[in-house]
Parts: sequence; C-alpha cells; structure tokens
Amino acid sequence: MKPPRSWNGDEAARIIAAHRAMPGAMLPVLHALQDAFGYIDETAVPLIAEALNVSRAEVHGVITFYHDFRHAPAGRHVLKLCRAEACQSMGCESLIRHVEDKLGVGLGNTTADQRFTVEAVYCLGNCALSPAAMLDGKLHGRVSPAAVDRLIAEAGKQP
Amino acid sequence: MTIRIYVPGDAAALSVGAQAVDEAMLREIAARHLDAAVIRNGSRGLFWLEPLVEVETPAGRIAYGPVSAADVPGLFAAGFLEGKPHPLCLGPTEEISYLKRQERLTFARCGVIDPLSLDDYIAHQGYRGLARALTLTPEEIVEEVVASGLRGRGGAGFPTGIKWRTVLKESAQQKYVVCNADEGDSGTFADRMLLEGDPFLLIEGMTIAGIAVGATMGYVYVRSEYPHAFRTLKRAIAVARDKGYLGADVTGSGKRFDLEVRLGAGAYICGEETSLLESLEGKRGVIRFKPPLPAIKGLFGKPTVINNVLSLASVPVILDRGANFYKDFGIGRSRGTLPIQLAGNVKRGGLIEKAFGLTLGEAIHDFGGGTASGRPLRAVQVGGPLGAYFPAALLDTPLDYEAFAARKGMLGHGGIVVFDDTVDLARQARFAMEFCAIESCGKCTPCRIGSTRGVEVIDKIIAGRDRTKNLELLDDLCELMLEGSLCALGGLTPYPVLSAIRHFPEDFDKPAEPRPVAAE
Repeated sequence: MKPPRSWNGDEAARIIAAHRAMPGAMLPVLHALQDAFGYIDETAVPLIAEALNVSRAEVHGVITFYHDFRHAPAGRHVLKLCRAEACQSMGCESLIRHVEDKLGVGLGNTTADQRFTVEAVYCLGNCALSPAAMLDGKLHGRVSPAAVDRLIAEAGKQP
Repeated sequence: MTIRIYVPGDAAALSVGAQAVDEAMLREIAARHLDAAVIRNGSRGLFWLEPLVEVETPAGRIAYGPVSAADVPGLFAAGFLEGKPHPLCLGPTEEISYLKRQERLTFARCGVIDPLSLDDYIAHQGYRGLARALTLTPEEIVEEVVASGLRGRGGAGFPTGIKWRTVLKESAQQKYVVCNADEGDSGTFADRMLLEGDPFLLIEGMTIAGIAVGATMGYVYVRSEYPHAFRTLKRAIAVARDKGYLGADVTGSGKRFDLEVRLGAGAYICGEETSLLESLEGKRGVIRFKPPLPAIKGLFGKPTVINNVLSLASVPVILDRGANFYKDFGIGRSRGTLPIQLAGNVKRGGLIEKAFGLTLGEAIHDFGGGTASGRPLRAVQVGGPLGAYFPAALLDTPLDYEAFAARKGMLGHGGIVVFDDTVDLARQARFAMEFCAIESCGKCTPCRIGSTRGVEVIDKIIAGRDRTKNLELLDDLCELMLEGSLCALGGLTPYPVLSAIRHFPEDFDKPAEPRPVAAE
C-alpha cells in the first residue's frame, strides 16, 4: 500500500476547493482528504467549514459520526475483520482473538511499530465465503488463522 | 477465432484468488501462443465454486471450479479450451443444478457478460426496457411498475410504483432518483454482485425511474465497504455517458438524466432512507421524521424516488416484458422474483433468484446442502441483523413477506444466515443489542439508550443474576423499542432478541458464566 503523504495544509485547501462546488460536498471532501493523507487533521475543520459555509461544529459532527473517518493516521496496513452474523457463524470471533494475540493489539488499535491497525467491520458483503477480512482495501474470503498469518507476513515484508 | 475464457472479477471471486487465476491464464496463453482472451465477468453467484472459470465452446459455456492458479497449467494441458474433461470440470454452466433451478430475471446477465461492455449488455437484451419506456407517457411507465406488484427489495417491501406515483404527482423544478446501495445487512451481497456484475442494469433502471417521475439527476449511495463495486459502477456510468445513455439527451430522446455515485462512510444507519438522504446532503446520518415522505420532500428538500438497488434493477425487465410477465412469478402479495442470498455456515452459499414462495428449508437444504461444518443446523437468521432467529422447526416458512411477518420474522433484503449447533442464542441476542448501540444515530431515546441497557440486561441474564426478573425487564425494554423507536434500527432490534428467547429459551437458562465477553 502506498503510504499516505504527511499532512499539508495548502494541499488540503486545494483538495477542499476542488470538491466544494459539488452538491452535498461534505463527504466527498472528507473522503478525498483521508485518501490523500490517511486521516483528517483537526486543522482541516475550519477550512472545510469556511469552504462549505457551515459551522465548525457541523464539520466536527460529521467527522465524528462516521466510523470511516480517522482523526490520526492509521498503521501502514489496515486489517479489517468482519464481526457480523454470517462471519460469526463461521468462527470469526476465534479468528479475531487469533489476530489480537498474534499482533498484540485489540480491535481498534495500532501495533506499537505502526505496522498494523486492526479494526472490526460489520459486513463486507462476502457472507457466502465467511469469515471475511479486508487488508488495505482488498477483500479476502474463507480466512482461516493460517491464511491471516500469511496475509500479515506478506504485508509485514513490505516497507 | 479467439477463444473466450471467463474469469470473474467480482470481489468475492477475487477474495478467493481469482486475480492469480487470471494472471496464470494470461501466462499460459502467452507461453502456448494461443488465440484466446480472458474476459472478467461478474460472478454467477455460486460462491463455493469460486473462482469459477468458464470457456466458450461451440457447445456453449463450460465451467470449471473452484480453480486455483496452480490448476491452470493442468487445465490447459487437459484441453479445457475445447471444454474437455478435467477433475474440476462442472459441465455446461447453465446445466449446473443450482443455477438451472433458478428463475433469473434481475440477475439474468450477472456472470454472463463483461460488466463494463455496453455492447455485451445490449446484445443480452439490455436497454430494451428503456426503449419501451420512451414510447410511453410518464403515467404509463409508473402504472406499469404499479401493476407489476414490485415491492421494495431493500427490506420494507413497500410498493415501488406507489412511491413513483407520489413523486410524479409532485410539481417541482428539480426532482431526484436516489439508489440505496448501502447494503449493510450481514448475509446479503446481492446489491454488490449486481453493481460489480451488471452495473448497466441499475443505470437503465434509474434512467427509467427518472424519465417516469420527471427527475433529471440521480445519485447512487454505495457503502464504503464495497470499494470494488464503487469503482465498477463509476466506470460504467462514464461508459454510459460517453455512449449517450446518460446526459442531456438520453439516446436522442430529448430527455435529460445523469447519474453520480457517492461513497458512504461506514454507518449502518445510512441504509435507512432518510438517514441516507441526510448523508448525501453532507450531514450526519441522523434519520428524519416522516412525514414528510422523501417522495414529497427528499434530497435537498425536493421530491425524490429512493429505492434499493434490486428494486431499480427489476424495472427494466418489467418494462421490457410487461407487468403481467413479472407478476406471474411469486405468491400472494409477493410478486416477481427474490434474489435470495444464502450465507454463513452453509455448504453451498450463493445467490438464488427464485419466484417468491420457495421455503427456507428448500433454500438451505436443496440448494445449500446443509451446514458447512457438517454439524446439525440449529438456527437461521433471515433479513440481516434486525431479522428474527428461526429454529429448524420453522424451515417450512415460505420466503414471502407476509409469511415471515406472520411468524414474527422479516424477509428484509433476502439474506439467510445459517448457524450450526455451536451457536449460543443468548450471545446472538446480546450482539443484536450491541450492534444497535454501535450503529444507533442517536436521535431517539429507545434506540440510543435502550440498546445499551439491553446489552447490560442480557449480560446479567448470562451471568445468572435474577434471571426471571431480568428476562421480564428485557421483554419490557424490547416492547418499548419496538413501539417507541423512530426507525427500523431501534424498532426491529427486538426481533432477533425476542425470537432468540422465544425459540431458544434453554440458551438463556444455562449455568451462569462469570464474565461476559467484553464489548469492543
């Protein structure tokens, strides 16, 4: 995965300006910022508020409402493990415990070396091939503990 | 002549190695100097056979699966390009019993065509619905949809044509068509399959909706957990616009209709239509009071048709073949076909499009082949995280909106999740409340607070504290949530909880466990 660039206010302002004319521009703006920097810096809030003519509180409210938006950079690799019912029926809870033990972090956290962020997700739409996981935006099905070990090892080899 | 090989580019097929299979195919074709091309089709929905590779032969398409990259050289050596036998050969695709027994109207093309080839789409009866719609008045289009009996496939089952009629009758400068592709229910993947396997069908359905009600702009709200579907649809929209099927003058008809796809941001509640509209407008996905209905005051306050992917994707065939053709499928007040999604602990999970009326047991046993683990089936959850848990004794329930309602269940978006006998229904009930607490938008108290209190009460029951009293309290709380919540999230979370208690009381009466599993 391409590491996101570090936060840059000027570039953030350009991204906001490029999207502001869209009807209902808020989510597209936030997605674009997160795509570029891996998270949405606190300093973007007044810029967005100004550009979209809404209050800072409204911008903050939107960012905090949605599970996707990050307030700080994630680890270099993001591993999402599905915890919804179809995956539960195929043992996702024990898969999650396996990953937590292996990486030494709980769901929603990042390893100390900043390599992996592990998160719960509620359905990836791969319910006939449960348990499902998504590593850096790529979907995986029938994920056994051995398979997730391979995914982690492969991703870990990358810088 | 170039031989056509099909390797699915569907996200589920990719999740079990279809990309590596594609690469191995290309290597083999190059090494053997063959005149063959690989087409990335959608999935046929036979997921236990993915990656399912097909080859076009004079005798039709022959299927092989599940194929791994390591199998590819052997397939070529065995002569699979001529459809010759191989241990992985499944015979003619259309003859695979799981597929042959289906009635595919909405998914007729999914897995068959190249999803981004407009020529392929048109060669397979695509855009015939729109062509007919353009010969009708808006009222005639709407009445055709009403007469077909099509009901919203998102879960609520409200008649689609009635929504359209309301929007048509409104006079406004601007109207919108919004497609709800926020398919968040566990056990469902039909929207995703369609977006990735036959996106032009949705585009055609939305275009017809726009022309019918007088809307010139449409939005598709795709959940962010579906990045692959989002990209595919975006590309398909660009192709359709480029070829004049979207834009200021749709196929030279003088009618304007354009589309844009928007990405959600990981909020389950945005599958609720008013919350989705708020989100599209750039706000927190907090639900709106109804009335006014979205049909009267919807997106940006304008009259809006908001339908699920599968509802809109059912429209082209209704216009093409007529309301009566569609209506002849189904039972009672559930007309047409239902794309059933068989998932979880099941041997042959996949998409089964059948006329309404197949029983739950037929879907799970005749199609699904029972549990994947081989252990006895104990519970089935139908309709996503807000659907009831049914025991094996209720497998005779026909897949029909009213039949499920009569047994205090919900058909929802047609997802079936199978559990074997290792499932603990007290835990599942707890999860239902926990999920509601995580995803509640916070607008109404029964949902926002009730779900958290629900988790606590179930924890006490599991821990063996005042069980009788706490079960009574839980029942009371569920009634309050059912009656007092503003939308289906708080209002239906009691379904899985109460059904678990009703059908599996023994799971709430086990020896006490000292420590509940910690919430996230």
